[in-house]
Amino acid sequence: MTATMNSSTGGAAQQGKTLNVTLKVWRQDGPAANGRFETYEAKTISEDSSFLEMLDLVNERLNDESKEPITFDHDCREGICGTCSLMINGVPHGPERNTATCQLHMRKFTDGQTITIEPWRATAFPLIKDLMVDRSAFDRIVESGGYITVAAGGAPDGNLIPIPKPVADASMDAAACIGCGACVAACPNGSASLFTAAKIAHLNLLPQGQSERYKRTESMVETMESYFGSCTNHGECQEACPKGISIDNIALMNKDYLKSKFKNRRYLSRS
Amino acid sequence: MRNETQLSSITIDSKIPAGPVAEKWENHKFSVKLVNPNNKRKFDVIVVGSGLAGASAAATLAGLGYNVKIFTFHDSPRRAHSIAAQGGINAAKNYHGDGDSVHRLFYDTVKGGDFRAREANVHRLAEVSVDIIDQCVAQGVPFAREYGGLLDNRSFGGAQVSRTFYAKGQTGQQLLLGAYQALAQQIGNGTVKLYNRCEMVEVVTVDGRAAGIVTRDLVTGQIQSHSAHAVVLATGGYSNVFYLSTNAMACNVTAAWRAHRKGALFANPCFTQIHPTCIPSSDEFQSKLTLMSESLRNDGRIWAPKNRADNRLPASIPEDDRDYYLERLYPSYGNLAPRDIASRAAKRAVDDGRGVGPLQNGVYLDFGDSLKRLGPDKVTERYDNLMEMYERITGESPYETPMRIYPAVHYTMGGLWVDYNLMTNIPGLYALGEANFSDHGANRLGASALMQGLADGYFVLPYTIGDYLAPQLNQKPVDTKHEAFLTAERSVTDRFSQYLAIKGTKSVDHFHRELGKIMWDYCGMERNETGLQKALSEIPALYSEFKKDLRVLGDGTSLNQSLEKAGRVDDFFQLGYTMCQDALARQESCGGHFRSEYQTPEGEAQRDDENFAYVSAWEFTGELSDARLVKEPLEFEAVALATRSYK
Repeated sequence: MTATMNSSTGGAAQQGKTLNVTLKVWRQDGPAANGRFETYEAKTISEDSSFLEMLDLVNERLNDESKEPITFDHDCREGICGTCSLMINGVPHGPERNTATCQLHMRKFTDGQTITIEPWRATAFPLIKDLMVDRSAFDRIVESGGYITVAAGGAPDGNLIPIPKPVADASMDAAACIGCGACVAACPNGSASLFTAAKIAHLNLLPQGQSERYKRTESMVETMESYFGSCTNHGECQEACPKGISIDNIALMNKDYLKSKFKNRRYLSRS
Repeated sequence: MRNETQLSSITIDSKIPAGPVAEKWENHKFSVKLVNPNNKRKFDVIVVGSGLAGASAAATLAGLGYNVKIFTFHDSPRRAHSIAAQGGINAAKNYHGDGDSVHRLFYDTVKGGDFRAREANVHRLAEVSVDIIDQCVAQGVPFAREYGGLLDNRSFGGAQVSRTFYAKGQTGQQLLLGAYQALAQQIGNGTVKLYNRCEMVEVVTVDGRAAGIVTRDLVTGQIQSHSAHAVVLATGGYSNVFYLSTNAMACNVTAAWRAHRKGALFANPCFTQIHPTCIPSSDEFQSKLTLMSESLRNDGRIWAPKNRADNRLPASIPEDDRDYYLERLYPSYGNLAPRDIASRAAKRAVDDGRGVGPLQNGVYLDFGDSLKRLGPDKVTERYDNLMEMYERITGESPYETPMRIYPAVHYTMGGLWVDYNLMTNIPGLYALGEANFSDHGANRLGASALMQGLADGYFVLPYTIGDYLAPQLNQKPVDTKHEAFLTAERSVTDRFSQYLAIKGTKSVDHFHRELGKIMWDYCGMERNETGLQKALSEIPALYSEFKKDLRVLGDGTSLNQSLEKAGRVDDFFQLGYTMCQDALARQESCGGHFRSEYQTPEGEAQRDDENFAYVSAWEFTGELSDARLVKEPLEFEAVALATRSYK
């Protein structure tokens, strides 16, 4: 039970637990400019505020001092759109497991703490400004095969394709990926294997995904490799993933990739 | 005091096909003109927005053979706010044999919308709902399944059947990813060209027709024109006019508003939906409110203490001192009463001094009974991510203590006026999804937003757009060197330079917050004439301060988030004014529009069908000046006008 729930007054007096933190923030005016750390004091931050609301407040104060606010990506602020990023004290999305930066709250930090904030750092994610990077390479991977071909209007009745519940659940677990890029930022090789594998597993596990299974796998893996590094089983991606996507998906991807090399050749020789 | 509403001289034709409501769409599909498959590639279509409606429309049009350009201000099309929808999507499949049918979904939606929606559109929506599920299953959307492998359903507010399909608590995400993947396939094929981090900032018309758009590249600040044979706006709703809402931070009205300024009518702007189950705000610096899916009301019971200022812990409040007010007031629907009704009931409890939580600004949503009945595992399976999300935000576990909830602005039923073909009154300019006004009347039922977005994109626009394009065969789109484009580019450049040139003292967020307070206080869950008049005098005062005292630092030639936001907040001011005007002119209560002067003795909304059974479509006359009204009368042939009752 939390302190607020024990409130006997029930009034506003109970809220107002605040903390002061020191921020070391990566500032970089553009892709070609030199970057640097700037230090900001974030004072009297409510512990109920989210990490990004803390940054909003810092920005509001910077604006008051005629200093340009910090640029960072964010949107839904409920952990689902995958727009937010941030390396917080060297950990993608910060210290709380299975939590995207936007859902991280200041109660997870201590008064007087120094917090270092950096952008995702990966060759395939070129920096745009300050803490914002370009993750378009993810779109290129999906474009290369992360779909099931079906024209609107041509689908059979939904219940004509029964799917065992455990299969549907496993597919859903992989499909939960929000495409934030934490896996890439965490990987010493800058690999997007977890992202790619999650999409491949989502579709390859389903009966609907079988027709294009091997074409999809070969194409997506090779597109991924053309932008990102390769997987050498560090497992950092799984630790960093805000949605808890398992590296088991990478095993499935690797198996299907290997098979694709035989299957796709066989299909080609027939055509 | 403002003058009486001025009527516009514009005439509109809703193009509702003749015949019985159940046959209109079938007949209409046969009567619209078609474009031969080989000729489709001769047409260029611009789609703005990549949410459910935009992505599904772009993917489908490209699949048919049209050349499509899609624009999103996000870094990737997959980020659109459709992704945040949690609970589900309705469809009249009747897979569970519990009495559902196309007619029942149609009926529930018309009634749920408090008889302010167009019957013909709603019936079409109910008809195509079944195709949407088939389409999404085929795309690989991992809907929840029963052990036999068939699709599972849950029930939602405003319905007495189980017709809601879902993918855990992430249905919006999975449907959007389905549409995004279909779009990505077309992008990969080269049939759709994607412009990301690129915001539409102007609509261009030539000879009264949509000719294209002007965009601002958010990374470089470059202003650019794009022309096409038709322009499709699928740019979502405008809940962020209230500053605090459940919408994502970047959701805005700019695209729709810029179209409105160019002559497109804006319909029913005051029809906004307050979602009953959001997490109450914790302090002033809160940036947004978080919604907890309405599906939680399937297994959670809503209550407030019977006594005012009851400060005991929820567990220490005995049953006799709890007021399960929805179950008491609406026994047949209980906790699943429609959103507007559930929201107002919560407001009444809190206004009565029976609110709970540190700020006494919420009511309880209690899973105690369900945890006993179903066990924690079943509850986890149904609502896992929602339970976790709540705990992450509040630091309290819903398994141990009831959730605290309070209504928040969530969805806007109003939007650009469109005819049956989804075309605005500007020929060639279409509006889809939440950006249009057509299907939800004065109140949207839960799990119907996803249905409408995908219906418009997959199954309506692809049929109706041919009717407009076919006669233009072999005509080139207007050249972007045309004077209309050059003028639009100049005005956009000037507008953004002006925000930078003000060099005042207050941030964009400051003005947005202040505007939001006015809107919430006077045009929020409950409205009245005095308040609305007050808003109509306060908004212009704040707006002129915005124009004099705004501080946007940095420049316009590189990425500048404050500058982007300045343009959006500017448009929110203008919209806010028209919303209040609309709310003032509609002297009745209906659905989400509750005027305290017009209520039944029990405090329910009192409609005035005699005088207000029409769509209010507004014509732009200038910034913060009184818009002129066009009325589209609503006729109810298949569903008899009746007072909504959920008792």
